Amino acid sequence: MVHLSAEEKAAVSSLQGKVKVDVVGGETLGRLLVVYPWTQRFFDSFGDLSSPDAIMSNGKVKAHGKKVVNSLINGLKNLDNLKGAFAKLSELHCDKLHVDPENFKLLGNVMVCVLARHFGKEFTPQVQAVFQKVLAGVANALAHKYH
Amino acid sequence: MVLSPADKTNVKSTWDKIGGHAGEYGGEALERTFASFPTTKTYFPHFDLSHGSAQVKAHGKKVADALTNAVAHMDDLPGALSALSDLHAYKLRVDPVNFKLLSHCLLVTLACHHPAEFTPAVHASLDKFFSAVSTVLTSKYR
Repeated sequence: MVHLSAEEKAAVSSLQGKVKVDVVGGETLGRLLVVYPWTQRFFDSFGDLSSPDAIMSNGKVKAHGKKVVNSLINGLKNLDNLKGAFAKLSELHCDKLHVDPENFKLLGNVMVCVLARHFGKEFTPQVQAVFQKVLAGVANALAHKYH
Repeated sequence: MVLSPADKTNVKSTWDKIGGHAGEYGGEALERTFASFPTTKTYFPHFDLSHGSAQVKAHGKKVADALTNAVAHMDDLPGALSALSDLHAYKLRVDPVNFKLLSHCLLVTLACHHPAEFTPAVHASLDKFFSAVSTVLTSKYR
């Protein structure tokens, strides 16, 4: 459960409405694969990941990035019960995808950088702090069913 | 992790672009670190950490100046950062996990102020550079 004050919720809502999911999603996943190349281990079927340009323009990366960020945004609607909201996805990531939860933290931090890039000064330290809190909550929820 | 020639070029050109703003960005990165990761404040009980604090600005400038020096000596980071490495190991003893937190907030600060320059390749190079600096600063811990 992530506790946000009224002010914090307002900060999230105002930015959330302006987030272009397809753009942010593709850029977030793409940057994860560029900055932390070992994360490419999960995406052998995605085709050409041989250079930053290839990764950022890869259609499968963009599509999957959009899927992931959509899921994160849905999480924002369930702050009172993140563990419940992400239970099925947690099982999937453990049992089928075999993703080390450390990767959720990496992705979350890359997303913060992408939001900073898009929103500039609007992405104040206070707004960043709220997103870090929420993304940490989502990462924990996604790791919760691991065994 | 080794800095490639391309990484060094990316870091140098980013630092040139930052110009005289390095100090200001250092302060902002610290403020972001304290806001997002409150445990980091435990190292500054003697500071006023409120928004606009002169102490945070001054300390941010100190951090930025050290990074500027590191950028100028990327071929010998252990040499350039030796005194700071001693300081962190024997006096400050900041837990190693915190270097990642500050490094992340430095990236966020740069992304905010230089969105066009902060390409994926530059993002990667900067992350590697901050990681290399952090490694040197914690190298004498034990």
